[in-house]
Amino acid sequence: MTALADIIAAHADKEGPLLPILNDVQAVFGYVSEEAVREVAAALNLTRAEVHGVVSFYHDFRKEPETRRIVKLCRAEACQARGVDALLADIGETPRVKIETVYCLGLCSVGPAAMVGENVHARLDAERLTALMASV
Amino acid sequence: MKVRISDDAVALACGADAVAAEFEKAGAEVERVSSWGMHWLEPLADIGGLGYGLVTADQVAAILAGTAPSIGPIEAHPFLARQDRLTFARAGKTRPVSLDDYYATGGWVGLAKARSMGGDAVIQTVLDSGLRGRGGAGFPAGIKWRTVADADGQRKYIVCNADEGDSGTFADRMVMEGDPFMLIEGMAIAGLAVGAQKGFVYIRSEYPHAIAKMTSAVSACARLVAPFEIEIRVGAGAYVCGEETSLLNSLEGKRGEVRAKPPLPAHEGLFGQPTVVNNVLTLAAIPWIMANGSEAYAGYGMGRSRGTMPIQLAGNIKYGGLFETAFGITLGELVNDIGGGTASGRPVRAVQVGGPLGAYHPVSDFNLPFDYEAFTAADGLIGHGGIVVFDDSVNMARQARFAMEFCAAESCGKCTPCRLGSTRGMETIDRIITGENRAENIELITDLCETMKFGSLCALGGFTPYPVMSAINHFPEDFA
Repeated sequence: MTALADIIAAHADKEGPLLPILNDVQAVFGYVSEEAVREVAAALNLTRAEVHGVVSFYHDFRKEPETRRIVKLCRAEACQARGVDALLADIGETPRVKIETVYCLGLCSVGPAAMVGENVHARLDAERLTALMASV
Repeated sequence: MKVRISDDAVALACGADAVAAEFEKAGAEVERVSSWGMHWLEPLADIGGLGYGLVTADQVAAILAGTAPSIGPIEAHPFLARQDRLTFARAGKTRPVSLDDYYATGGWVGLAKARSMGGDAVIQTVLDSGLRGRGGAGFPAGIKWRTVADADGQRKYIVCNADEGDSGTFADRMVMEGDPFMLIEGMAIAGLAVGAQKGFVYIRSEYPHAIAKMTSAVSACARLVAPFEIEIRVGAGAYVCGEETSLLNSLEGKRGEVRAKPPLPAHEGLFGQPTVVNNVLTLAAIPWIMANGSEAYAGYGMGRSRGTMPIQLAGNIKYGGLFETAFGITLGELVNDIGGGTASGRPVRAVQVGGPLGAYHPVSDFNLPFDYEAFTAADGLIGHGGIVVFDDSVNMARQARFAMEFCAAESCGKCTPCRLGSTRGMETIDRIITGENRAENIELITDLCETMKFGSLCALGGFTPYPVMSAINHFPEDFA
């Protein structure tokens, strides 16, 4: 677990280092494991319960690795007004691709919008969303 | 030939990178700039001031040959010509993380002036400008700054709330991606005014492009704002962290639960120290106010809403984008005259103003002026200035249900009215939708909304009744 130790060391001097550490753990490992919770808690002199409480509070942190590719699709009001719900009724998840709901990507004038990794996609219709899901 | 194309997230999402690559392949010099905010035209190519909208890679050759249709001179476009761009003065014109461009367009003038005036005079200038918090609450910025300046503390902090989670809003994102030095300059001025040594920018994780631009801008100008220091922090997908006390807990590495007030963050904020928590747009307005004076800023607006508001036109709207204007413009002008009505071409039925916690307004409210007090009087709010347009295919009972669903998904769980009320509210609206004891259930949801409005700790539970009750009151036919 040197990677975990490196992440902790990289943020140890920050004021309030827990969220930066957990964000990096999630980014590097794809989830925040029980073992990571234990190590982070020990390093920051927190209880495991405190760290678990933080991990479980935020939507970005997974407790299990996700094997499927993830398309984050905005389902907030502006994208609703532009037809995201009808789009989803036509196109569902596949065994390979998980469609995850997010509330707002800040692309509210050109929705429906989605994000894959850090790449953003707008003006989605059935054809474009299908192509996006095939490409990830 | 120089071609300017935005590298803002909207432009990227609409395919700007492929267009830029095609221009480069054809031998043109491509400069990546901020977005003009005319989102329906993205990707928008700017060649010597002439605009080409909705550009695709296969149109590039025709554009370079001069045979493609142009939208004309960009700056003269009616959408831009009608605006009062103070905060967004550089939009479309400069490279976001170029210090040269920032200097050349009046950057750092406000900070230099603030340094020569001293903290007290800076606070007086902000007070005189009438600037109110642009995050939604509309609290006078100068009073908050004065409170922090007068508070005793070992350290003081400036916290920039960049957790722009409201659907229909993107102005914070555009500032961070398009003009990050302006925000940094505003924070440095705030730090000088209240005696804070350190600033944090808390950016939501859904904004990776803003995070990248802000991170490189902060390191590029560190020596210019020193001894003030700025650190970028990234959220982890919790809407409620846009509430200031929840944001402070999150920065401290805790669950993003709301704190009871008092104590105010201005007295006991981050790590218990006096803290200014301001929205991106509030801090971004500061350099202009310092450079041009409080009177110039207060000369815009109406009533107690002074200055300009970057309004975001979103949802089912023909001409969506960023429209910065003085307070006082009516909702109808924004939606119909400027926004061009719906993108679908169907009639407008409802307009949600102020994000997921804002009211749904019917067309009969279109004479409302964009002003904090006017919207409050109409049982609504302007919030962060987002306007989401819906056409006549919308079902308002479903929208009311979604408001409760969103509150349930995002509630921090600290207070009972929000934690339990949102789920019970969702169930009650489900019963109304299926036709079960409609009259009794509407009475019940009305009563529940009263409890949430007056009993919740923060605006999440407290304002969810706005979209719910406005849908019931203005669109009763959808609940019958």
